[in-house]
This record gives sequence, C-alpha cells and structure tokens, in this order.
Amino acid sequence: MKTEIYIKASCIICNNAVYKNGQVVFENPEPGIARFLLSVYRHLQTDYPKFYKMDNLSKIGWLANEILLKDSFVKENNTAEETGVVLWNANSSLDTDIKYFASTKEMASPALFVYTLPNIVIGEICIRHQFKGENAFLISADFDARLMKDYVSNLINNNILQSCICGWVDMLGETGKAVLFLIEKNKTNHSLPFTTENINKIYQISNG
Amino acid sequence: MDKLIADLKVQIIAQLNLQDTKPEDIADDQPLFVEGLGLDSIDALELIVLLQQQYKIKLSNAEDGPKVFKSVKTIAEYITAHRTQNQK
Repeated sequence: MKTEIYIKASCIICNNAVYKNGQVVFENPEPGIARFLLSVYRHLQTDYPKFYKMDNLSKIGWLANEILLKDSFVKENNTAEETGVVLWNANSSLDTDIKYFASTKEMASPALFVYTLPNIVIGEICIRHQFKGENAFLISADFDARLMKDYVSNLINNNILQSCICGWVDMLGETGKAVLFLIEKNKTNHSLPFTTENINKIYQISNG
Repeated sequence: MDKLIADLKVQIIAQLNLQDTKPEDIADDQPLFVEGLGLDSIDALELIVLLQQQYKIKLSNAEDGPKVFKSVKTIAEYITAHRTQNQK
C-alpha cells in the first residue's frame, strides 16, 4: 500500500553558500573549498574533532546533514533502525582517490586511504547520529529526481524505513555540492509532498 | 629530549589534523589513545608514518605499538633509543 510521504526539510551547500529550506543561512565568499567548509563547521559551533580528519566529500555531506536535521529531525519520533541514508553523486570518491594516489609516491597515507570509498560519508553521518537503517550510495552522471523518489518511496512504502536522509553529495577538486532532503511519513506545517516536481524545484536552487 | 618532545607535539598535531589542539594542550605523559587525546587506529598508522618520514625509524614489532605510542614522552624515548642504535 502506498503511503503519503513528505519532504520535511532540505539543505543545500554550494557556491560558497548554505541554504536551509530554500533560505540562505550562511555565506562566505572566501576562496577554497576546504576553507569554506571549515568556516561552515565553525559557524555551526559544534564540537566534533573528527570533522577535521574527514575528506572534503565527507565534510560537505556531514555538514549538510547537520544543518538538515537541526530543528527538523525529532529523534524520539524515529527509531535508529528505521532511519536510513541514500546518497548519489557523479564522481564517487575520485577527489580523495587522486590525493591518495599522489601520497603513494612517497608514503601512502592511511588517513586518506580510509576515505577512498564514497559511502564513507554515510558512515560519518550514521556514526554521528547512531542511524542503523538501510543505506546506499549510488553513482550516476546527473541528479535524477525520479530515481531518488522511486528508490526512497520503495523503502518507506515497504516499511523498511520510517524516515530517510537522501540526496546528492559530490566533490571533485574545488567544486563541491550537497543537496539533502529529510523524508518522513508524518506531515508537518511546512512539509511538501515528496514528488519529482518538488525535488527538482529544491535542487534547482543549487544551479543558481 | 625536551626539544624532541616539543617537535613531536607540533608534528603530531599536523600529521593527525588536530586543528583545535595546541602543543601546550598535550602533556608529555598524557595518554594518546582512548582517553586523553582520543586517537584511534587510523591515527596509530599515521604515527607509524610520521616515525618513518620524520625520523627514518620503522616500528620493527607491531606488538610494541601500544607501549611506544602510549604518550609523547614514550615516543620520544623510542626515537632516542633507536637513533642511538642506528648511529652505532
């Protein structure tokens, strides 16, 4: 049986800006993706030293998730086993793969090696919030709203998940983008139906 | 030994990306793992890389790791002992 599913919140990080539910919540024109991500972390005023050790893909995904869930995700209403994470991107972990390969010419870096898989960003999110539900990281050339809607709806309609964090998290060189959605069964005042049109409308913000 | 300990603190902070930690925050005999600085197994591998890169010292026996990497002071003692051995 099909269930009504809603977009409860969204977060976008791209082009030196952070958006929560379509509104700019932080901007920093300082050049350099690493410095920008560090400024977002400091803006959050969170004490999580492991952030510094993450690669840029995990950093942008972890930050987007922190902002997505803040004031939007009620832990008491969602069990850890029924909260999942499903992410997509085009460049897998290539950003770190290149850096790791460069490090092997002198001495391979263990700290870089552990980030040479794209789904590590999901691990970082799940460790932070103790999520234990279904998760997947898929690679596709472009963002596909219909595929995301169908994939996540299937997980929720079959009672595998009650809530899901899903979206696009990509990083290569100095270009990074995160567009995350919090999907839940429960309707709230500001939630939107989980439709391809609404997903695309929110995603378009990241295209400027 | 004091100079070596001071250098090690700076190198550990850089190698392990401990951006919120200053050298003076690390006591010479403060535990590095679990309690204290809270380092993990990947950090242990990075410390082995640091020993090789900066001091040309290889940890010959992996079982010595917990003893050698107990604190900055024990790392400095290990480096001092093996530098002396290498010079003989």
